[in-house]
Amino acid sequence: MEIDYQSKISTVVNNIAPSAIRRFFDLANEMKEEVISLSIGEPDFVTPWSIREAGIFSLEDGYTHYSPNQGYIEVRKAISEYLERRFDLKYDPKKQLLVTVGGSEALDLIARALINPGDEVIILEPCFVAYKATVTLAHGVPVVIETKEEDEYKLKPEALEAAITDKTKYIILGYPGNPTGATMTKEDLSKIKDILVRHPDIFVVSDELYSELSYTGEKPASIANFPELYDRTIVVNGFSKSFAMTGWRIGYMAGPAPLIAAMNKVHQYCIMSSPTTAQYAVIEACRNGDKDVEEMRDEYNRRRRVIINGLKEAGLSCFDPTGAFYAFPSIEGLGLTCEEFCERFLMEKKVAIVPGSAFGKCGEGHVRISYAASMENIQEAMRRLKEFVTELKNGSKE
Amino acid sequence: MINRIELLKLVEHNARIKIEDLAVMLNASSEEISAELEACKKENVILGYNTMINWEKTEREEVTALIEVRITPQRNQGFDKIASQFYRYPQVSSCYLMSGGFDLMLIIEDSTLREVANFVSEKIAPLEGVLSTSTHFILKKYKSNGTLFTQKQTDDREAIVL
Ligand SMILES: Cc1ncc(COP(=O)(O)O)c(C=O)c1O
Repeated sequence: MEIDYQSKISTVVNNIAPSAIRRFFDLANEMKEEVISLSIGEPDFVTPWSIREAGIFSLEDGYTHYSPNQGYIEVRKAISEYLERRFDLKYDPKKQLLVTVGGSEALDLIARALINPGDEVIILEPCFVAYKATVTLAHGVPVVIETKEEDEYKLKPEALEAAITDKTKYIILGYPGNPTGATMTKEDLSKIKDILVRHPDIFVVSDELYSELSYTGEKPASIANFPELYDRTIVVNGFSKSFAMTGWRIGYMAGPAPLIAAMNKVHQYCIMSSPTTAQYAVIEACRNGDKDVEEMRDEYNRRRRVIINGLKEAGLSCFDPTGAFYAFPSIEGLGLTCEEFCERFLMEKKVAIVPGSAFGKCGEGHVRISYAASMENIQEAMRRLKEFVTELKNGSKE
Repeated sequence: MINRIELLKLVEHNARIKIEDLAVMLNASSEEISAELEACKKENVILGYNTMINWEKTEREEVTALIEVRITPQRNQGFDKIASQFYRYPQVSSCYLMSGGFDLMLIIEDSTLREVANFVSEKIAPLEGVLSTSTHFILKKYKSNGTLFTQKQTDDREAIVL
């Protein structure tokens, strides 16, 4: 007898729609060898050697055991010092920090530890794909605010006010953002703060994975910097993007002690502890990684300018991204959906980029171009993009 | 304003990088970049543009030798005079005054083993003021001027990561 596996899978999991653009991803992955890929959301840099070496040394010394659930205290101390030094954020390493398996685990823990079935969570699309899924899996209801190119993908205070209900549990802010590269300045965040002050039951989850990769020349602002919101904000951060450590799977969250304790409960039963080797490596990253980060940031910034210039030459409009390593140009007016655009660009010009619709319905009409790729590849891809767009424009006139 | 250090680092690692590309990367005009590079040349900040070559992959048999030289400094002239007697030889590709156990470091390229031996015994060691020499030969180059001599890393990332 045939087993109907689908019916055995939980309703929540079944209800998470399979990604509509899966087919495109499969296609790109099959062609991996022959394409230039500007579709990757992770640094092309290898982890700086001194950090790798610290991990290797810990292995040689025999540190191969579970760590305390919350993470080694030395690691939490190093993170605490780092957060204060870099972002003026103060957290008690004993009670306010939890070391996780990437920012990804932190987002999941928050959803599971805070949401009661039916609670609403405000997310700002287009955004990182995990926000919605973590909320749904925890039986919460994602409430989407569509951010717009003309607003530089910032959250508008009016839009926030309109989305808040008495079921709202928290809001996820992700700046600098994936896929848009948008940033919110201290002044922008201040307006959001004013609204949240009037709604004292709502918490803020600030995903700051890209906080080191900001090109405004100013110190990146965190909403947790506002004393009024410090006690209601959970900062999610990690080492994946800033220190080029995606494969190590390590991140952390910082916030009010009672909430961290609750998260730790879930973490303790599901994960036990984050990888020991990675924890030893990030002590080095926190203490001695500034120069490596700066060099990578400078290189991303140069590539960012090359991309912006390339998009301009190709005739695509794009708001100036100020953070992360993505540009999110508009492809409207070319007569193609973003998915068709990406598929044809891949087949005809052998360059992989990501359709904006992967990051939410309102991402339609846009594509995400990652500049976490070598300068030569970026330059060549921009040349091909110009060719492609020119052909599209000529073709559509005929 | 062009960040001169950033510009210099870029040309240091890729002397053939195009002026137009530099202009985009550094958010400046091509004219500004050319002017800055020209100024660097005038000020002897940029002294030339070399090419990194892995000679081991060619049929050339030349060796690279590092020669440590201990000398007595000369009155009024310190080490400069005697250093100039060494660095004028074209086969001396680098010459440094050092702190520590010896005084001058000479790097010889473009010579065979025999030539290095002759050079040390005939030109360096007998010179007045030279107390001793110690010659080391490079057996294998792993990395030089920031460039790895082993094969390049390939990009093994997945084609798409969100
Ligand atoms: C905005 C954002 N947050 C969080 C993550 C998760 O990163 P990690 O789990 O590697 O720390 C990503 C990764 O793409 C991201 O783009």
